[in-house]
Amino acid sequence: MSFLDKYEMVCGVETHVEMATKTKIFCGCSTEFGGEQNTHVCPVCLGLPGVLPVLNKEVVNLAIKAGLALNCDIAEFSKFDRKNYFYPDLTKNYQTSQYDLPICKNGWLDVMVNGTMKRIGITRAHMEEDAGKLVHSGDTITTSNSSGVDYNRTGVPLLEIVSEPDMRSIDDVLAYLEELVQIMDYAGISDCKLEQGSVRFDINVSLRLKGTETFGTRTETKNLNSFSSVRRCLEYETERQADALDEGLEIIQETRTWDEGRGMTLSLRSKEEAHDYRYFPEPDLMPLVIDRDWVERIRATMPELPTAKRERLQALGLSAYDAGVITASKDMAFFFDQAMATCDDAKLLANWVMGDLSALLKTNGRTFADSPVSPAQLASLVMLIKKGDISGKIAKSVIEEIYSTGKDPETIVKEKGLAQISDAGELEKIIDGILAANEKSVADYKAGKEAALGFFVGQVMKATKGQANPGMVNKLLKEKLAQ
Amino acid sequence: MILLKSLEALHHMLIGKEISSVELTRTYLNHITVADPSVKAFLSVTADTALAQAADADRKIANGEKLGPLEGIPMAMKDNMCTSGIATTCGSKILKNFVPPYDATVTERLQAAGAVLAGKVNMDEFAMGSSTENSGYHPTANPWDLERVPGGSSGGSAACVAAREVPFALGSDTGGSIRQPAAFCGVVGLKPTYGLVSRYGLVAFASSLDQIGPLTTSVRDNAMVLNAIAGHDPKDSTSVPYATPDYTQFLENNVKGLKIGVPDEYFAAGLDPRVADVIKRAIKTFEDLGAIVESCSLPHTEYAMPAYYIIAPAECSSNLARYDGVRYGYRAETEDMITMFKRTREEGFGQEVKRRIMLGTYALSSGYYDAYYLKAQKVRTLIKQDFDNAFNQYDILLSPTTPTTAYTMGEKSDPLAMYMGDVYTIPVNLAGLPGISIPAGFIDGLPVGMQLISKHFGEGTLYRAAYTFEQNTTYHQEIPALVKEVC
Ligand SMILES: [Zn+2]
Repeated sequence: MSFLDKYEMVCGVETHVEMATKTKIFCGCSTEFGGEQNTHVCPVCLGLPGVLPVLNKEVVNLAIKAGLALNCDIAEFSKFDRKNYFYPDLTKNYQTSQYDLPICKNGWLDVMVNGTMKRIGITRAHMEEDAGKLVHSGDTITTSNSSGVDYNRTGVPLLEIVSEPDMRSIDDVLAYLEELVQIMDYAGISDCKLEQGSVRFDINVSLRLKGTETFGTRTETKNLNSFSSVRRCLEYETERQADALDEGLEIIQETRTWDEGRGMTLSLRSKEEAHDYRYFPEPDLMPLVIDRDWVERIRATMPELPTAKRERLQALGLSAYDAGVITASKDMAFFFDQAMATCDDAKLLANWVMGDLSALLKTNGRTFADSPVSPAQLASLVMLIKKGDISGKIAKSVIEEIYSTGKDPETIVKEKGLAQISDAGELEKIIDGILAANEKSVADYKAGKEAALGFFVGQVMKATKGQANPGMVNKLLKEKLAQ
Repeated sequence: MILLKSLEALHHMLIGKEISSVELTRTYLNHITVADPSVKAFLSVTADTALAQAADADRKIANGEKLGPLEGIPMAMKDNMCTSGIATTCGSKILKNFVPPYDATVTERLQAAGAVLAGKVNMDEFAMGSSTENSGYHPTANPWDLERVPGGSSGGSAACVAAREVPFALGSDTGGSIRQPAAFCGVVGLKPTYGLVSRYGLVAFASSLDQIGPLTTSVRDNAMVLNAIAGHDPKDSTSVPYATPDYTQFLENNVKGLKIGVPDEYFAAGLDPRVADVIKRAIKTFEDLGAIVESCSLPHTEYAMPAYYIIAPAECSSNLARYDGVRYGYRAETEDMITMFKRTREEGFGQEVKRRIMLGTYALSSGYYDAYYLKAQKVRTLIKQDFDNAFNQYDILLSPTTPTTAYTMGEKSDPLAMYMGDVYTIPVNLAGLPGISIPAGFIDGLPVGMQLISKHFGEGTLYRAAYTFEQNTTYHQEIPALVKEVC
């Protein structure tokens, strides 16, 4: 019996998203990832004495856009606050963030969990600056002789999206996170490169006896940066809490950290030693007054979001599963839409996008964003199959040819003489010759050995180098053999 | 005597080639070497760069190029304004070796105006204090009486101007730090409207209150310096996009019909009756010149001090959190990191700074925020409303700048007693208004300052009133004995 038969998990997530602006939130330094340590810095983002922040308006634009995508209310009056804490990677020893008046509030996200739609509340989303990065000489801070700080990341704009504790299973959490990340990607809020740490999750989780209403004591595990870590962390942490509850122990409200190598969460600090952040309004920045025109101008630039795209693809005839696979990647969905402009068979196109082209790109380490096969070329290829000009099998070699040469499918088919033979007279002549040369097999077939048909099809294909229209070959063979 | 000349006169001497900028600069640098060992206004004298800047001005004169009004003229800056390549210590040991890699906006603007930086001057550490005794280096003396304090925290700026070591200096004013030392040293000090002068590069004490302003020996000089430093700065979000006028155009010897309010609350207990008499005579002067003077009320005045001593320390506790020895400034050498942080701050900061960091940290801490910080902000709003109401009736408000004249060094060992020295200047900062202190008389050879306050961006009105008073009195012509000796 699983502990989940006895307990129900309650989970909420705080997601930190690095926003895709070219420059930092309070200065003109580049936000580009990588780069030599401490090269994307200036007196402002280093917090030198006397410097002042100037808000990057593009950050506000993206925050409003994110709020609209998450069905939030966009505040008319918002402000920045200082969150005071002392830590070596924070230049000013306070972080400029938003406290009681965040820019986005009261939103929600509908996510599909195992075939059922579930609504997850979004409490708020607010803007803040990122901190620098500690670089230790050893593996960890405790085993290092020295530690340096790279301030390139300092001042990179973050959007912190706080969910309601509405998730009741690991599947809920992952569905929410995947949907959230997809939306941030589609709306262009962030490049969502999880492997570069541009999206980080803090997981709040507690257990309660099934059927009870009150929340149990929760723990917060900070800074997870992949879906698989979230899954493993939740598996570990819920089981740890269940074991403790079973033994009658009290869960301590605390901040924990996920040790990826050991596959476990570890205590970082308890509530007793929790920080008193001493928030107060940032006196160096004016309050942010957002008029409704500003919001409407941004609403007008909203791209189609994943849910709407999935619905539209299903209306074109794709299954919910296929629509889900295609929209899971913004680049793939964009490629599909572009190809659909010159294609009239969504299902067939989808198969080629998800199947052969995906595989081809993956083996070559490329993506749909930089696919050598253009959407128009794939659309023409699909149309050639649909019209019966080439067989699906031939098409597999054609797409490889497009990939390596960049030539259009029509050109390749013509140059290589790959067009399918659908001329009944021509095929009959070939079939007659094969039947005549294989009298024993003809006899076998007539004696009831149906497998012989496959042999004849194979022979025809061999004789035509695969170009014979398989449907017609089957039909003609059956007719001839019935005579 | 050159040291007593106005900026305008010096400018005419330069363009008339009566003196070169290098000669002028040398004259002041020499006077600094004579006077400063007793005044101790300077933390650093930048003779080499000053002479190089002066030579630039001379080249322009030689080439017949047009010279700006401050071009080629020496000046000093309070040591909390960043100067690229020149140490900026904020009067604190914790920034002893800090050489900023960038200029404050005021530095840039004065440089663009061609002013010659003679040096950086002393201050109470991080601008916290009212006597310049709280400098992390040494106290500065009042040029009128070397046993007395020059006031603070811009004591170095006021003293160096009073001692004629430079024709003008910049100070910063968070709760009276320009006006109070101006009063003690008998010079003209303006605290401009919050947002008129960029704070970029001014090492922050209390961000919502700090403002940079000029200290000079005359009202006209003051307006000329304000011309050079005022105006919107995209690098400071609190800088107001305000089209600044030429402030010298307000220098009109006429206050006829000007409505002056005198707040009753500023003449209450704690005011030296002799100071009150001086100010009453000044009021009489204004009346004689045709101004309409009435008494008025700013009912929430008594709450200004407590509100200020919540808000300013709260902001300071946050602004000073960055001085941890990690990236720049003083670092205590210790075995481990946490001890390094602690010892750096313990050894680097002085008493008064530590006191305010503690106060501010306490006022912002959870459970006390509503009772202290939030309440103080509400008081601040009430104080602003008091002024708004007053300015519905009056063009300017008039008061003493300080309750007493300069006291002797070490006299005010109780911090609360010292805080009371700013009782008339603090409300102006809380409301973000402009205020000016001008010489209004003497008591036993010590200057008395008169404060004039106007509504936001009312600097022109202040200058007009101050100029008229100056033109009809002689207090600003008095010179400290130590200057008389060299003249
Ligand atoms: Zn920067």
